[in-house]
Amino acid sequence: MLLTGLGAAFFYLFAFVAIASAVMVISARNPVHSVLYLILTFFNAAALFILTGAEFLGMILLVVYIGAVAVLFLFVVMMLDVDFASMKRGALDYAPIGAMVGIVLASELLIVLGAQFIGVGQPGSVASPTPDPLVRTNTAALGDIIYTDYVFFFQIAGLVLLVAMIGAIVLTLRPTRPGVKRQNMGQQVARKVEDSIEIVEVETGKGL
Amino acid sequence: MEITISHYLVVSALLLVIGIFGIFLNKKNVIVILMSVELILLAVNLNFVAFSAHLQDMVGQVFALFVLTVAAAEAAIGLAILVVFYRNRGSIAVEDVNMMKG
Repeated sequence: MLLTGLGAAFFYLFAFVAIASAVMVISARNPVHSVLYLILTFFNAAALFILTGAEFLGMILLVVYIGAVAVLFLFVVMMLDVDFASMKRGALDYAPIGAMVGIVLASELLIVLGAQFIGVGQPGSVASPTPDPLVRTNTAALGDIIYTDYVFFFQIAGLVLLVAMIGAIVLTLRPTRPGVKRQNMGQQVARKVEDSIEIVEVETGKGL
Repeated sequence: MEITISHYLVVSALLLVIGIFGIFLNKKNVIVILMSVELILLAVNLNFVAFSAHLQDMVGQVFALFVLTVAAAEAAIGLAILVVFYRNRGSIAVEDVNMMKG
């Protein structure tokens, strides 16, 4: 039992809005609307995280997903000049098979998870027990184990982000197009007084 | 009214199925497919967090953090590839992705 009373009511609110907006993500005609519904889904999922006590992850979801990833999606959608209306044509061709796969998968998952056929009991041993939130906050508790037991994985995660950053830059960096004037540092430094200034002796009364 | 782990698992299962169905429904639009993948990863994270709370084990949250990292990297790389592809072909339809003749 994770939540009771008011928390349970809020769980139903957030879960309902999250699922409804997830449906809108995949069915909206305009991709900009899709991204905005995606933001709503993430927002409600962050609220669900916080309800279970995972405050740090909820906030990270807000900052990283809504602040960075969703805005990145928004940038790309607005940057690409694509006729999205024509893409919707024939969109329902694969809907029957998709619906079949979805219904089979959903019903299987719901049978297994909802009916508690599997006993989600307490395990024999717990790797890192959650401390009492009144004694140690969620963020501090997460830091306690990330920077000690899982520091190697933490650094690997940083490496993954570094590689992703380099990859994104390398992929989207264009070679310079002809006709674009750019600053050439070497040329600027190599300039000398002799090749840039010409001193002209003008005789009086003659002009150039 | 009590919320158990099953409620969380049902929500996450529904999000996962919506994400998978989104890939079928928007087979032409790579951007929406990427968003569907984000939905699927969100469902996975919800599972991790729910089990972390149920088992009183912090490791679930640590793993969810790493999933989040990889998902962010995946979104960045995916969108970069999308932009490069749009520059080359002037389209982002999936059926135009045939330059490698695979």
